[in-house]
Amino acid sequence: MTIELSQFFQVFFEESFEGLDVMESGLLSLDPSNVDNEMINSIFRAAHSIKGGSATFGFASVAEFTHVLETLLDEVRSEIRGMNPDMVDLFLQSVDCLRELLEGLQAEVPVDGARADGLRQKFEAILGVSTDAVASETGEVEPVAIGWQINMVGGEDILRSGNEPIRMFTQLSEMGELTITTDFSRLPAFNALTLESCYLSWQLTLMADNVTRADIDEVFEWVVDECEIAIEPIMDESLPVAAEQVEATEAQALEEDAPVSDDASAAQTGLAVPQTQKKAEPGSIRVDIDKIDTLINMVGELVITQSMLGQIGADFTFDKVSKLQEGLQDLERNVQVLHESVMQVRMLPISFTFNRFPRMVRDLSRQLNKKIDLVVKGEQTELDKTVMEKIGDPLVHLLRNSLDHGIETPAERVKAGKPETGVVSLNAFHQGGNIIIQINDDGAGLPKERILAKARKNGIIGPDVVLSDEQINDLIFQPGFSTAEVVSDVSGRGVGMDVVRRNVQELGGHVSVKSEEGVGSTFSISLPLTLAILDGQLVRVGNQVYIFPLVSIVESLSVGMNQVSTVAGACDLLRLREEYIPIIPLYDAFGIEPDSRNLEKSLIVVVESENTKVGLVVDELQAQQQVVIKSLETNYQSVEGISGATILGDGTVSLILDIGGIVTIGQSAAPMQIKAA
Amino acid sequence: MNTMQADTDTKDTIDTAGSIVGSIDAVDQYLTFIMDNEEYGVDILAVKEIRNWDSATPIPRAPPHVRGVINLRGTIIPIIDLRQCFGMAAIEYGPLTVVLVLQVTTSGNDSREVGIVVDAVSDVYSLDAADIKPAPQMSDQLNTSFIRGLVTIKEHMVILLDIDNLLGRDDLSDFAEVTDAIKKDEIVKAI
Amino acid sequence: MTKILAVDDSASMRQMITFTLKSAGFDVVEASDGVEGVSQARQHKCDLVLSDVNMPNMDGIAMTRELRTLPDYKYTPILMLTTESGLDKKTEGKSAGATGWIVKPFKPDQLLNTIKKVLG
Repeated sequence: MTIELSQFFQVFFEESFEGLDVMESGLLSLDPSNVDNEMINSIFRAAHSIKGGSATFGFASVAEFTHVLETLLDEVRSEIRGMNPDMVDLFLQSVDCLRELLEGLQAEVPVDGARADGLRQKFEAILGVSTDAVASETGEVEPVAIGWQINMVGGEDILRSGNEPIRMFTQLSEMGELTITTDFSRLPAFNALTLESCYLSWQLTLMADNVTRADIDEVFEWVVDECEIAIEPIMDESLPVAAEQVEATEAQALEEDAPVSDDASAAQTGLAVPQTQKKAEPGSIRVDIDKIDTLINMVGELVITQSMLGQIGADFTFDKVSKLQEGLQDLERNVQVLHESVMQVRMLPISFTFNRFPRMVRDLSRQLNKKIDLVVKGEQTELDKTVMEKIGDPLVHLLRNSLDHGIETPAERVKAGKPETGVVSLNAFHQGGNIIIQINDDGAGLPKERILAKARKNGIIGPDVVLSDEQINDLIFQPGFSTAEVVSDVSGRGVGMDVVRRNVQELGGHVSVKSEEGVGSTFSISLPLTLAILDGQLVRVGNQVYIFPLVSIVESLSVGMNQVSTVAGACDLLRLREEYIPIIPLYDAFGIEPDSRNLEKSLIVVVESENTKVGLVVDELQAQQQVVIKSLETNYQSVEGISGATILGDGTVSLILDIGGIVTIGQSAAPMQIKAA
Repeated sequence: MNTMQADTDTKDTIDTAGSIVGSIDAVDQYLTFIMDNEEYGVDILAVKEIRNWDSATPIPRAPPHVRGVINLRGTIIPIIDLRQCFGMAAIEYGPLTVVLVLQVTTSGNDSREVGIVVDAVSDVYSLDAADIKPAPQMSDQLNTSFIRGLVTIKEHMVILLDIDNLLGRDDLSDFAEVTDAIKKDEIVKAI
Repeated sequence: MTKILAVDDSASMRQMITFTLKSAGFDVVEASDGVEGVSQARQHKCDLVLSDVNMPNMDGIAMTRELRTLPDYKYTPILMLTTESGLDKKTEGKSAGATGWIVKPFKPDQLLNTIKKVLG
């Protein structure tokens, strides 16, 4: 039966690419002067797996190349050889090279082997060997025997390792005519017998004229170390000669060899020691995205149906009520389970995107001759897979910008009293119904004067307009804006911040920057966790019902006018304990006729976004419920202050508030803001 | 309630001279509707559904011709008041007011569903491409790209709309001037 | 039906081995490291164990040692799958109690032949 190996190729490629990622991140995190044992082992294992798989599935070029890599890695992990930064570089380059080779194989496109050969030669130079000499030994040429005489003294422990002599004899008997004489002389007295020990010896005569020595060796290869086995050919009319001890020889290897140094056995430390338990790496599940989307729509429908049924059930005829309630309970449970499992599959940790950055920072900082450390936090924060794929490029752009324009050269930094090595930190966390991604650098900060001058020169702002620091910094997101003196090869055309902003907005998010000259900058991207089912608070303003994300609500209260201060030219302020909170009447922001414009007859819902609180004026708080977020952008466009829409139990559309956007709307209407003293 | 589903298909394109580059089958079907006593037509393949007007959820700070959004089988679609688009007086919506749900291809090649409010639906006609006259040339300022052409049916003029150019833009501009100009032109010709 | 435990941290190898064995009429239980291997061995009465050597959490050699302490697995054939052709690995495997080894890369029919040889 032939088994078609190509059906396993895709899995092999995928796991190999993952293995290469493991190698890369491992190599980047290595300290050559103090090699972490755990780390080098995992790098070795990754290379080892790729070698084994590629050899098994017939990818000889990859197997040969990886073999040399693996050999060197093995020496490092056995502490025969130390690591140095040049070796790390070489390994990183070979990771790239392997990626190239594997991608070529996967796409069935030929790849030039020159790069691999060049790297291999460098490795061989380090190892002091050449792998071009094939080390496999062929079987000896021997005269054809008509049979074999085998005398075997059974090693005492062979049974304990599951080696059953009967099996071997059965194998022999299939090769020809076998006669066995058993020698019981070594059997101890009955009461001294250990059941698991082997005390027997045998004399075996196999009559067959097509059996080679290698064939016989193969039968005994596993026990040859523990037994005394003498194998002699029976030539025509010759008697078996007394056998010499057969040295424990290797069964012929099927692969070529780069001989591992003889000291290896002495230096073995790694594998014999049981590894400390590590948290298992989360495997990735490859699921067809379309199927998932269908499932999610289904879940959405179920949620809606559930709330519709709930409504009907509320005023139904009495005799049907209990059945309806039972059904509702089941429905609720199913929805819960479906929801949970589906959400699990769709959301992925942002580490998938963050993973490429350490390498990028390393390569770029070398290119720019700067010293830069990358700190990554919150990489387990999850977000929707599609959003993550689309946010990758904007993040790369922002990071490159920090490296290129943000962090200063070591000399400049020292002059400014900063440590020579700059720090860029990536952080991701959930807030409300959003994921916030921040890129922070302790570099030079945004040059406000230059930005202002450039904006004036380009006519983006008038000559007399006075802007706050925040507004000046925000100018960098205007199209065509670049203050880079020299168009840098690293970030392309200096700053393409307008493209970044547009990309983020297309995902329904915002990007903003906070910066202080001489201290550093922080770029913040906020993205909605689309496909989310949100815990919402239904709120009525006039004849419209809106959804507030429950997480954003701090408190709700009715107020008396004595708690409110009116500031001329700006919005009213609510004094809440020690804070002054701006009051935003939603009816104005949204153009709706409220129940009453009298603050004392309304409710104020205090909400918070990115550490800013505002009080929104509403007419009534209604139910809290889970809502399915539906996109406005699909068929319409994004609306400031609205993050999406949902369908209520009665089939009508209700808009979900984007608290961050509302705050911005409110702030633009209220230039003054008094924070707690 | 009247609902009619249709598939979408590739549509004819208009070249720069304003005439129709026809498909192999030179007869197309158009659904016509009435607005302010004028008759307009749209390619029937673009019409996904016809429904009666129900309420829509208003969008804050939206332009006046965007009436709001509705729930169409689980998707949120905007409802555009074409009357206001064309600068006609807005009218009160009643039980006979009709919403046409159209499939629109945007300038970015995305597919969108948009609903337009019209006074009433008229009829479906099969029109020969040869019978459709191009929109009259106007001065450079007036954009006529949203008009596929003009056709005379039963002695009155029907303005055929290019849905993609009308609704597929990022902003829905005011086309009032253009339709006014067309009407005057026709009246002049008729006289 | 004869049940075989296949332990390898590489998914593609596991798939290949499982497919090969199942096509030959064997029942297969899989594990991706030594810890899982021991757990599976406890849960299912396996007639033969195939295991890779280099695996995270617990390698093949430590797993073999562990399996040999289980009463059901004292004499069960345990075969190491290894690309190491060096003497030390095989010795280590043997001293941990492994029955023998199969050298990678192997073709599916080589695997089957060796297994048939062992199971008799």
